[in-house]
Amino acid sequence: MSEAAALAQPGSTPRAAAAAAPAAHDFLVRDHHPGNGTLLGFWLYLMSDCLIFACLFACYGVLGRSVDGGPTAAELFELPVVALNTALLLLSSITYGFAVIQMQRRRRGGTLAWLALTALLGAGFVAVELNEFAHLIGEGAGPQRSAFLSSFFTLVGTHGLHVSFGIVWLLTLMAQVARHGLSAANRRRLMCLSMFWHFLDVVWIGVFTFVYLMGVLP
Amino acid sequence: MSQSDPGPAGPAALPHERQAAGVHGGDQDEHDDHDDEGGASHATLRGYLTGFFLSVALTALPFWLVMGKVIGNPGMLAGALLALGAVQIVVHMVYFLHMDSRSEGGWNMLALLFTVVLLVITLSGSIWVMFHLNQNMMPMSPQQMRNMP
Repeated sequence: MSEAAALAQPGSTPRAAAAAAPAAHDFLVRDHHPGNGTLLGFWLYLMSDCLIFACLFACYGVLGRSVDGGPTAAELFELPVVALNTALLLLSSITYGFAVIQMQRRRRGGTLAWLALTALLGAGFVAVELNEFAHLIGEGAGPQRSAFLSSFFTLVGTHGLHVSFGIVWLLTLMAQVARHGLSAANRRRLMCLSMFWHFLDVVWIGVFTFVYLMGVLP
Repeated sequence: MSQSDPGPAGPAALPHERQAAGVHGGDQDEHDDHDDEGGASHATLRGYLTGFFLSVALTALPFWLVMGKVIGNPGMLAGALLALGAVQIVVHMVYFLHMDSRSEGGWNMLALLFTVVLLVITLSGSIWVMFHLNQNMMPMSPQQMRNMP
């Protein structure tokens, strides 16, 4: 019986496998909820990602005032630039939300348009951040200057890297949607990216509050 | 019919799904609702807009507090910033990530709570331990350290 189940497993549908091995049916929960496994699994990935950021935040929390006689956060950070970046990321969050709404209404063109706008806003965010980094390094406040700057560049850079890869993923999905339409698989992928994108915005809340705004306090 | 569609399968499932979308339209719709109730798609325009305007307010407020130098006491200001940040994170979780106790049968929430516990331990533990380490190991004040060569 178990041998038959093992033979039936590869390449066959879950239902066929379940029919061949009724005992195994209890484990095939996704038979009833095809999309759930992916979204829950992706959520677990996001939670693990959250722990990476928690470690980097803790690192910054410990080292944030260790400036080694170099420039301090209050001297370096330009809050208007940070406000611009925050606005870009927040706007990209709501445009992604609009894309999801278009997706639910099965409008491919609308989905693609909002996704394109999201990608543009994301690219703007990365551009402003890279500009800020270049400015800091140009002033001699690069990551090698002090423990504060090392932890700052690691934390904010990791977030920027996430956004950059999110944009790559976004463009890939736009190509997929343009080619294959809003199929169930593509909708599932768009929902995963939606979670990823909004999660990055949540992390950014921590960054602008904990790093920038609290960094400039005396 | 659409039950044979293996949800989380890879690209191999694509032609099959396209066929399902084209031929079995009714089935597909039923499947959609099924697919969507999982944790993602009770997304509404009103929900997104509510979340957006709340976030704008909760972003503008801390920037205004700091840039306008509204609160003089740094300790109180830091506390206000952290509180506003925490509220905004909850707003994002509810309105953008659609987090509630029902999504994914409660597993999303359980994973989140577990992560929050780990997060609090990591953050507060690190800062607490390292603060005391600094106090006990370093015979210098931060002011003295700043003036080091």
